[in-house]
Amino acid sequence: MNLTAIKAIYVYEMTRFFRTLLQSFISPILSTSLYFVVFGAAIGSRIETVEGVSYGAFIVPGLIMLSVMTQSTANASFGIYFPKFIGTIYELLSAPVSFVEIMIGYVGAAASKALLVGLIILATAFLFVDLDIAHPVAMVAFLVMTCFSFSLLGFIIGIWAKNFEQLQLIPLLLITPLVFLGGSFYSISMLPPVWQTITMFNPVVYLISGFRWAFFGTAEVSIGVSLFAIALFTGACIAVIGWIFKTGYRLKT
Amino acid sequence: MSAIVSVKDVTKTYEGGFQALKGVSLDIEQGEIIALLGPNGAGKTTLISVICGMVNTTSGSITVGGYDIVDDFRGARRLIGLVPQELSLEPFEKVINSVSFSRGLFGKPRDDAYIERILRQLSLWDKKGARVKELSGGMKRRVLIAKALSHEPRVLFLDEPTAGVDVELRKDMWEIVRGLRADGVTIILTTHHIEEAEAIADRVGIINDGEILLVQDKAELMAQMGRKELTIELQEPIAEIPAGLARYELVMGKDGGSLVYSYDTKGERTGITALLSDLSAQGLVLKDVSTSQSSLEDIFVGLVGNAA
Repeated sequence: MNLTAIKAIYVYEMTRFFRTLLQSFISPILSTSLYFVVFGAAIGSRIETVEGVSYGAFIVPGLIMLSVMTQSTANASFGIYFPKFIGTIYELLSAPVSFVEIMIGYVGAAASKALLVGLIILATAFLFVDLDIAHPVAMVAFLVMTCFSFSLLGFIIGIWAKNFEQLQLIPLLLITPLVFLGGSFYSISMLPPVWQTITMFNPVVYLISGFRWAFFGTAEVSIGVSLFAIALFTGACIAVIGWIFKTGYRLKT
Repeated sequence: MSAIVSVKDVTKTYEGGFQALKGVSLDIEQGEIIALLGPNGAGKTTLISVICGMVNTTSGSITVGGYDIVDDFRGARRLIGLVPQELSLEPFEKVINSVSFSRGLFGKPRDDAYIERILRQLSLWDKKGARVKELSGGMKRRVLIAKALSHEPRVLFLDEPTAGVDVELRKDMWEIVRGLRADGVTIILTTHHIEEAEAIADRVGIINDGEILLVQDKAELMAQMGRKELTIELQEPIAEIPAGLARYELVMGKDGGSLVYSYDTKGERTGITALLSDLSAQGLVLKDVSTSQSSLEDIFVGLVGNAA
């Protein structure tokens, strides 16, 4: 294992992240704060509690998940797409590094950035709502798992994308709707029965539910099912990346 | 000398059926500078790309320093530095970070003194804190060389190193290449500038349409270039070359109306005066005399033209 190379990729990516501090930190914090103001304070003041939790606090896990999932995907997809776009991918392909090492470097950096953003949003949430975290260790574990699994997805998108349009396509058409419809801002039990059934096909429901359990100790689906869902998603992403590495899909001709 | 890069029967057919390499075999000796000369689309970049691992071969095998580039890619690639044809650099990164990143990518521990030495050699030290986008094209080319050298490679591939570079910088590049060779680095450069091959290469390989047409010592090629031909038009055609002129190894032209004499311009004596005197002694009357010289370009054009 070329650990020096993994470290080089990781540090290089993190440096780029801190170089673009405004986009990296300020914009997700600002947009999340707006969600708190609009949904938590303005609309939330008219809703008493959801499943025994104040609405302002109830949306915190969903908001963190929304940011973490989109940030992980965006960071990892851009991280590997950018060298393809500007041509510096030649260096990765001609270096004594395996695809697994390349993946660890990029996915590790993307997940770290998303984790940082997630933690900062959590800290911001404390400014707006009273929050007690029931299972802090589980909360961090869920956050880390989500960061890594969605960074893997982003890595796949970055390799697949042939242009910037395609790079935005999946996050825009798939991830954002799934997160919004995955119970970020409401309890699944608030939906009509038909929609409740349909919603259960949305994998993000299980992630948000598990994450919310870590905060409030109650969940719409069991924690075991949530863990299974995230493991399944991570496994699927690793399988796809394994195939990409084996075939050199869109990396080598 | 032993081969540090050995290419055996390598073919490459891209999706869509285009065959970029058609059974290329080539041994590159340790410590030499070899120039791969060929027109655009000849297969030069594809050959470099397969050796460096960026493009998969369709068939054949390649070793670098004895390491197979597929089965032992780490061993092979550690020895290789690559300067691509395009100025592919991250524009927002600082020069020193970009070069240090390359060293780390090749698994080498941080060595600030070595990076400083390279940047100084390439006149980049003053620009170490500059963002890549702020540099001129020539400086960017130097950054690419610094990146390729950052991990102390034993084999350096330079793909069209002087493409789009002005004459002064081109000469600077040649000096850099000579300096690297003096440090024991084996250098493979592709070019379609014949004068570049003439200026710095030890050997010249001519590649066209995915095939290597010729690999020859540059000195031998230069010797061929040094040969001149004297064509003597005769007033009256002759049936055969007189025995008294045998030592000149003359070649009789069409219909016996001319004689061609080959001589070495670098020799102490060309033999022309003696020949003209002997021609007169043999009673041959001259109508006209002309000379011609073959250049590397003639050889190149001839080879590429014949292959087409």
